[in-house]
Amino acid sequence: MDLRFTDAQPTAAEREAVESVLGPAGVESHQRVRTASNLRIFATGMQSVADRRHLLLPALETVQSEIGWVSEGALMHICRELSVPPAEAWGVATFYSLISVDPSPPVVLHICDDIVCRRAGALELMEGLEANGRTPATRWLPSPCLGQCDRAPAAYVQRAGEEDQVLSSIDPASRPIGPDGSIPSTNGQTDTSAVPQAGEPHLRLLRRVGTVDPRSLDSYLDAGGYRALEEAVQMGPAALVAEVKASGLRGRGGAAFPAWIKWEAVANSPDPVRYLICNADESEPGTFKDRVLMEDDPFSVIEAMTISGYAVGARQGYLYIRGEYPLATRRLRSAIHQARRAGLLGESTRNGVSFDIDLRRGQGAYICGEETALMNSIEGLRGEPRNKPPFPTVSGLFGKPTVINNVETLCNVLNIVTDGGSSFAASGTPQSTGPKLFCLSGSVRRPGTYEVEFGATLGDLIALAGGLPEGRRLRAVLLGGAAGSFVLPDLLEMPLTFEAASEAGVSLGSGVIMAFDQHTDFGDILARIAAFFRDETCGQCVPCRVGTVRVEEALARIRRDPQPGDLELIEEIDLAMRDASICGLGHTAAIALRSALELGLLE
Amino acid sequence: MTRPETTETQQTVSLTIDGSPVEVRPGATLLEACRQMGTEVPTLCYLETLTPVNVCRICVVEVERNRTLVPACSRIAEEGMVVKTDSDRVRHSRKMILEFLGSSVDLSAAEDEVGEWMEQYEAEPGRYGPQSEPTAAGERDRRHPGHHGEVNGRTAEGVHQPTKVDNTLYVRDYSRCILCYKCVEACGIDAQGTYAIAVAGRGFDARISTEMDLPLGDGACVFCGNCIGVCPTGALMFRSEWELRRAEMWDPDTQEVTRTVCSYCGVGCNLELHTQDNRIVKVTSPQDHDVTSGHLCIKGRFGYDYVQNLGDVDRSSIDEVLAKARRPAPE
Repeated sequence: MDLRFTDAQPTAAEREAVESVLGPAGVESHQRVRTASNLRIFATGMQSVADRRHLLLPALETVQSEIGWVSEGALMHICRELSVPPAEAWGVATFYSLISVDPSPPVVLHICDDIVCRRAGALELMEGLEANGRTPATRWLPSPCLGQCDRAPAAYVQRAGEEDQVLSSIDPASRPIGPDGSIPSTNGQTDTSAVPQAGEPHLRLLRRVGTVDPRSLDSYLDAGGYRALEEAVQMGPAALVAEVKASGLRGRGGAAFPAWIKWEAVANSPDPVRYLICNADESEPGTFKDRVLMEDDPFSVIEAMTISGYAVGARQGYLYIRGEYPLATRRLRSAIHQARRAGLLGESTRNGVSFDIDLRRGQGAYICGEETALMNSIEGLRGEPRNKPPFPTVSGLFGKPTVINNVETLCNVLNIVTDGGSSFAASGTPQSTGPKLFCLSGSVRRPGTYEVEFGATLGDLIALAGGLPEGRRLRAVLLGGAAGSFVLPDLLEMPLTFEAASEAGVSLGSGVIMAFDQHTDFGDILARIAAFFRDETCGQCVPCRVGTVRVEEALARIRRDPQPGDLELIEEIDLAMRDASICGLGHTAAIALRSALELGLLE
Repeated sequence: MTRPETTETQQTVSLTIDGSPVEVRPGATLLEACRQMGTEVPTLCYLETLTPVNVCRICVVEVERNRTLVPACSRIAEEGMVVKTDSDRVRHSRKMILEFLGSSVDLSAAEDEVGEWMEQYEAEPGRYGPQSEPTAAGERDRRHPGHHGEVNGRTAEGVHQPTKVDNTLYVRDYSRCILCYKCVEACGIDAQGTYAIAVAGRGFDARISTEMDLPLGDGACVFCGNCIGVCPTGALMFRSEWELRRAEMWDPDTQEVTRTVCSYCGVGCNLELHTQDNRIVKVTSPQDHDVTSGHLCIKGRFGYDYVQNLGDVDRSSIDEVLAKARRPAPE
């Protein structure tokens, strides 16, 4: 391979930014290696390239955050340093919505106009900004759900050379950003989560939220933190896997897959190199529970990852967090740093466990929450899902056996270790064990993250959130997120368990409960959902790449002038997307839409 | 391409396809199994000489106890599998995929089978509405992921755009591109090792691109033309073919194909010279030729002018058109 670069050179600042990730500039020696098992993973064909290719996204991300955009000079510099073909790096850079390859002003505001925010004033907010125009110092873009539905409307702010931040509960009539890019300190800045149950004694997953200082390891230790790791080490890996099996723990990310099956497969793998990934790319519209755990109890995520890595024999863990979660990122980075310093994380910890964590930030791509897309993203490839089989437990990150679990799933491991798997299994229902977090948003009095034992009904959860505001009547609930489905109030008595949901033909998804009252414009919401999937499909496979567009077009026709056959066409598209798409995005992209149309919400 | 190696001691794998038993070698794909028993499975992104990327999904088949359909091109046959290649679900997905492509891409220069499949699966690409207006040159290349313009549903959005003509050897007409990834693979890991092109952008705006959408000559392209050799839809085309098509003189029915050996070096690459009016209009290499697997270098692919010096005397009309292909910019 004879790489060819353009002559563009980086500026001093760009060079410095790249160096902060890749180290001092140098020349790699190339050794040509091809692997028979997966030619696409090491598509650049050289071992030295494959070894450092995973630094491509962190390098792009750093240039983006320091400079505000990725210029040709910066891109070429990264390519030269990593021996990545420029066309491939371009393909990666243009995959992510938070990376700009065009000159950008230093401050870029990503205003969430997704389902909850648009009903909480985001459209008004954007209109105000549009009227004020864009300035050389700042511009704004609409954004998909930012995971701030409990304090809508929200915006994510990228600031070149400065820390990014999230603005929430923005006054729609206000101007959240000055023409010079300054942010009025009084508007929309909060770092407290909406956890109305905080401090209640029955909480398990949320028990430390609001009572333990998330910035302090000592505070975490004082509250009993890291006792689970001690116990885990005494139990040993095999017993840990057995306890997780006994617990009946199922994945909380949306697919509800039994955790132990993944764990056992990787723990029993003959390959000594294995990985554990914490999927913190929480991007399902309406979902913000993992953010609460990471922001308010970051050490529990780190401890849970350490135990899980130890159990399955992984020495290296990756925490892949969506880029739009800056506070959680800061808290986790600080927690990782403190844990390393205290000998609780790293090469050889004081517990005798060798496990370290690399935190990776997504850069604006819902699809990277799909497990194999996430792995490709870490590896420095485009975030395109892989065909399965092989499954990640056999060939995951870097082609190695990999356990990948959602944040909430992993956090449950702490309770399973301290209380025992059977005790965990005794709570909830036989098929849906343990506690579950739900994200309540929309037309409820107290939106926020709520913890219940499996078995609570949809009505219970809405009541926990204070019910609907005065004068509002429940019209429908979006259950499970944009990839979930709409249900009517006749399901209020349904227990929110995997089995009851499955029986009703719906899904709990990532725990989204979005309430809509009688004043809802469902046509507008469905259009946003259709646009979301069209924007977020990776575009790799035909059914999903084109199907999401055709669904959006069909919905536009239905909203304007419904004709016989419109609904059938959407059903036909949906069937092909479900059957023939590569991954879950295509499989679920039209479900919410179909459910709403079938329930007559558009009439 | 490198096939997955098998370490199994088992000699064959037995499965059932459309009710008939079949035995295949361990590690064989379902596509191989189907072909072995003469069952036709349509493919677009699959080529024997490239690593399967399973993205077009037209080869999907139904496998019992699988929730979704599976791509035959890359699913490895397993003992006892029960496969259906012509069930209602399979036919429906294939039909929809053909409609999705037909309603968004110009398939008029695609391999002949595509039209046959359209009929076979009763695809009606027209039912999504009239085609959207072509975009301006370069517009699709500048789109930012995660955003798109307003959708009114009156037209079916497509990828139509002006052809990229930036050199004298071949053109890129991405109105015809179905994003099968074959050109990327042929340019990169599977044949040439040049990596001049990759998929850029995301979603419906995903496209094949050089870095920064540079003209081919300014990037890493070495003009081997192996991307043209694998393109199933005519999105990548000899400049000569493109000029003849524009002049409405492209006439495959009168063309002859002459197999010969490349005269440039000693490797022995076989060439297929496609001639029309006694002029070479295109060069390919047989995909099953064990020296080339269908791939060539710039000399074998494009270096044929010395046998047909288009003089300035007695120009026939085909020479007029072929002469246009020598000019950097299209007229």
